[in-house]
Amino acid sequence: MKIGVVTFPGTLDDRDAARAVNHAGGQAVALWHNDADLRGVDAVILPGGFSYGDYLRCGAISRFSPVMEPIIKAALDGMPLLGICNGFQVLAEAHLIPGALTRNHELHFLCRDQKLTIENTNKAWTSSFTHGQEILIPLKNGEGAYMCDDNTLAMLEGEGRIIARYVGENPNGSRNLIAGITNERGNIVGLMPHPEHAIDSLTGPSADGLGFFTSVLNSFLAGSVK
Amino acid sequence: MAKIVVDVMLKPEILDPQGKAVAAALPRLGFTFAKDVRQGKRFEIEVDGEPTAAQLAEVEKAAEKLLSNPVIENFTVRVEK
Repeated sequence: MKIGVVTFPGTLDDRDAARAVNHAGGQAVALWHNDADLRGVDAVILPGGFSYGDYLRCGAISRFSPVMEPIIKAALDGMPLLGICNGFQVLAEAHLIPGALTRNHELHFLCRDQKLTIENTNKAWTSSFTHGQEILIPLKNGEGAYMCDDNTLAMLEGEGRIIARYVGENPNGSRNLIAGITNERGNIVGLMPHPEHAIDSLTGPSADGLGFFTSVLNSFLAGSVK
Repeated sequence: MAKIVVDVMLKPEILDPQGKAVAAALPRLGFTFAKDVRQGKRFEIEVDGEPTAAQLAEVEKAAEKLLSNPVIENFTVRVEK
């Protein structure tokens, strides 16, 4: 399975994302923001960083990069798409998932290992986890507070579209402790913490993050994604 | 020369931690007038000559698509002499 990892100007975590894909048994394919072609990939990851310097709003300019046009088209057609941190912000700006990410409620940039619970394991990116599984992966963001209106929040809760929630004290002011959500179809996931930094005990606080990458490979092999 | 000004503000129901930080800093400097502070963005757009109705309509579209995120922000468009 070929998984594209997009590099925008200012992206930081593309190498770790590619390493995680390869470590899980997939084949990472580098995609450049200015490419209008997806090089035949079966899934795409939008990694973390500060694309376009976070100018205007985080993800607001990247969202209109040439590479985003075929990504949006393919994702609306069912291609698995994972946005991590800044990638989550890009997904929100592209309105592929509801809501928006705003400044952390305490204003500080956070960088720490964070416990999460995985709450939806039926989706392309989370099928390797067990329901309610607690995982520990790094969280590092300045604008990670997930915001949406009350109706959207009720819909996300009602439809089981919150895939991961922070455990313990709310780190950034996200509504209902939301760390990650998915679209209605379940192929697009936005996640604020960083699974790609936690794929082995040598370089991360755990190997818990690997599950996101093995999930999409398993879903692909099982034929549940195109 | 006239400018088209777009002001973008977080919607009232969205928490504005930057505004809160400014509001907390003011009294430390002896400024006690502020009940609340909200921080926003201002875009100044220059066009040739007087802005036309068509240009203003285009700016409205751009403000909705790029300059603001309608999920969390409101905007206003006006001409400033």
